[in-house]
Amino acid sequence: MNTILKKAVLPYCKGCGHDLVARNTAAALEQMGTDPLDVIVVTDIGCHGIIDGCLNTHTVHGLHGRSVAIGAGMAMGLDGQAKKIIVFIGDGGSTIGLQHILEAARLNLDMTVVVHNNMLYGMTGGQTSGLTPCGFRTTTSSEGNPWTGYDLCALAHTSGAALTSRVTGMGQISGQLREAFETPGFSLVEVIEICPSYGVRLNPGKKLRQIIEESGRLPGRWVNNREPFLIKQGEKTGNLLEELEAIKVDHKSPPGKPVSIVVSGSAGEGIQLAAGIMATAAVRSGCHVTQKGSYPVTVGVGFSTAEVIISPRPVIFHGIDIPDVVVVTSGDGLAHCKRRIKAMKRGTVFADTSLELPETGAAVVRQDFRSAGIRSACLFALFRMSADTGIISLGTLHRTVLESRLSPKVPVDKIMEMVKG
Amino acid sequence: MQKATEKQTVIVDGSRLVTEAMARAGADAFIGYPITPANLLYQYSGRRMPLFLPAPDEITALQWMSGLAATGKIPVTATSFPGFALMIESINMAYMMELPMVIVLVQRLGPATGTATCGAQGDLGLLRGMISGGYQLPVLCGDGFEGSWRLSSLAVQIAARLRTPVVYLTSKEEMMTRKSFNLALLDDISAAEVPMYTGKDPYRSYDKAGKGVPPFLPVGNNRWQVRLNASTHDRDGILQHSTREALDNTMRLQDKAPGHIDQFTRYEYDREEGASTLVISYGITAGAAREAVYNIRESGKKVSLLVPGTILPVPPGYYDITDRYERVVVAEENTVGQLAGILFGGRLPGKVHTVGAAGRMIVSDEIKREVLI
Ligand SMILES: Cc1ncc(C[n+]2csc(CCOP(=O)(O)OP(=O)(O)O)c2C)c(N)n1
Ligand code: SF4
Repeated sequence: MNTILKKAVLPYCKGCGHDLVARNTAAALEQMGTDPLDVIVVTDIGCHGIIDGCLNTHTVHGLHGRSVAIGAGMAMGLDGQAKKIIVFIGDGGSTIGLQHILEAARLNLDMTVVVHNNMLYGMTGGQTSGLTPCGFRTTTSSEGNPWTGYDLCALAHTSGAALTSRVTGMGQISGQLREAFETPGFSLVEVIEICPSYGVRLNPGKKLRQIIEESGRLPGRWVNNREPFLIKQGEKTGNLLEELEAIKVDHKSPPGKPVSIVVSGSAGEGIQLAAGIMATAAVRSGCHVTQKGSYPVTVGVGFSTAEVIISPRPVIFHGIDIPDVVVVTSGDGLAHCKRRIKAMKRGTVFADTSLELPETGAAVVRQDFRSAGIRSACLFALFRMSADTGIISLGTLHRTVLESRLSPKVPVDKIMEMVKG
Repeated sequence: MQKATEKQTVIVDGSRLVTEAMARAGADAFIGYPITPANLLYQYSGRRMPLFLPAPDEITALQWMSGLAATGKIPVTATSFPGFALMIESINMAYMMELPMVIVLVQRLGPATGTATCGAQGDLGLLRGMISGGYQLPVLCGDGFEGSWRLSSLAVQIAARLRTPVVYLTSKEEMMTRKSFNLALLDDISAAEVPMYTGKDPYRSYDKAGKGVPPFLPVGNNRWQVRLNASTHDRDGILQHSTREALDNTMRLQDKAPGHIDQFTRYEYDREEGASTLVISYGITAGAAREAVYNIRESGKKVSLLVPGTILPVPPGYYDITDRYERVVVAEENTVGQLAGILFGGRLPGKVHTVGAAGRMIVSDEIKREVLI
């Protein structure tokens, strides 16, 4: 069997805690009899991450803090193949990418994260990190870090990790690592270790055990009894086009030239749905249609506008500048299309009686559309528009509503009576 | 090959067509994070893509996609500027690691959060400069439903063939507007293929062989060790400071999209004999440009039209066309002339004129006016 490590000398400063983690990882995998090609080691950016070249496993070296997330993607893509995904990350990487750790723990993806917690950013020069203990000196806190570090193990454990452990980075730690590698689902091992170049130099005389004790982040082991999450790779054969309703042209009576209609009302009053029914009716009449929706970001309040073009030929451009027809059923809707009504020199505006319209060159037709109920007002107005203008036949519009899912919810007969009466 | 459905006329939106086109082209995973106006793509993908997962943020989305791609999937996501901005470092990573994927960028009005429900074409400048070093990944953009169908499926095929992230660029109105459409107009789509390594020698993840695109092997395979690396690396995928071999590898990346541009150059050139003015427009504004050109010709004047589908890298053939005209009018839905700047430089030559707008669609009369001036 091939060994996990390819080189005897690892690329760290003398005495670096990362060396111990790498060797114990290799030892654990070798004790387990793991084929290096069944292992994917994902490394973060930081001193610990330059181990790649020394490994016989698959290696992936990505971005600072993102190693857990790319490893998670692999866990999702491997389709339950028995592979070991091991992520090497620093304390720096695990705070910039904290969300990724919590998410992988929450989903309980099958992988192990080994945190090389040397209590500072090594590669960039020994700055304070989110895991630096209170009082620990770094190159950016010469008086000692004034804050307490995160309890990373508690965060991972409460997010749902199957196994979390905190280990002192001294002596043999292959047993703890092996336990994590053999745990199905998400495991995280936080190894507290020391960076001689910065940590030791700036905190002379301090022993690792003493630092750990003072920090309150003591070694331990935490378990959630959970099954690992296997991503289901469904065989979806759904064809999004076959879900669509094929619209049969039952007669050809398109308008002589394209007609642009702006339908405007309040959000939640069925404006887009009503305009959609009109569009379907237009296609049944042999027309080409476009329907552009316009609304504020807040769903359910404010205006809702549909801009519909009904045309005898394909519409190459679906924008409307000044429309031929405006249908407006509420104050919100009017506020949104006032400018256009003002600019109209011809055409027709169909407006609810409650609305105060601006001066316009268009003919104005008023009716108490809202009397049909607020969710039916727009449909009522479109029936009126259809009866008066003949852009689409009232009969086709009526039939389209009856065949739509809207039919049981709107008083179609009453609306027809009011339009005819 | 799957046949387009037999059904005839339907009312459909662009998001549905693009999702279906990408799935047929071989996209097999969708990672989503909600953002207007890309939400319909997210919603449809849930019913169509074999693997479908909600990410907790856009950085995670891109990283999960990269992990999936490393195992052999062709993942897709859809977003808009705010989400895209978060993805940029990770897209650089996928570019450097050479992982196939498609990011659908549905443009909306900026800056920043801007207006989520208002369309725009304001992100091209960002796409031009988003890879550190100034390198270029393919950016494709369809116009109209048939164009969106063709170019979005091509985005997946090129991502696979070139082992690269590809941006499919579109905008709110193209993805959300519903239109009547005859499905019989849609072409057949063939599934993408990632070139795989079948050699007998140990695999080198970034080998030069294979015409600038190293053949692929998934991580976790039991034949050969695979190394992926986003730092400057040699052909084996091992980090290097700036050795000759490593820089050669980076230069190979520089040439990858431009060197294969013939495989994905798509544009429409509607040339009118004797015209001295050319209109250039893409995506949503191409519709207005087509209408303007139609109206100008109706009025007895001559004009030609170029609608690029391949936006970046700029296919050299575009200049063969633009060089033939005395006047060029570039119409795009932003007010600084991003496409014009990319095609003709920061200081536009005297013959180049722009038509722009912010917060609304450009209408055909504006283009017509600039052409007939
Ligand atoms: C997004 C980003 N921000 C900052 C950096 C710079 N950077 C490189 S390594 C590093 C810190 C590494 O510290 P740690 O993760 O604790 O690993 P160590 O070097 O101690 O092993 C930082 C901040 C980067 N590469 N990417
Ligand atoms: S700087 Fe510190 S963390 Fe980095 S290799 Fe040296 S001792 Fe290890």
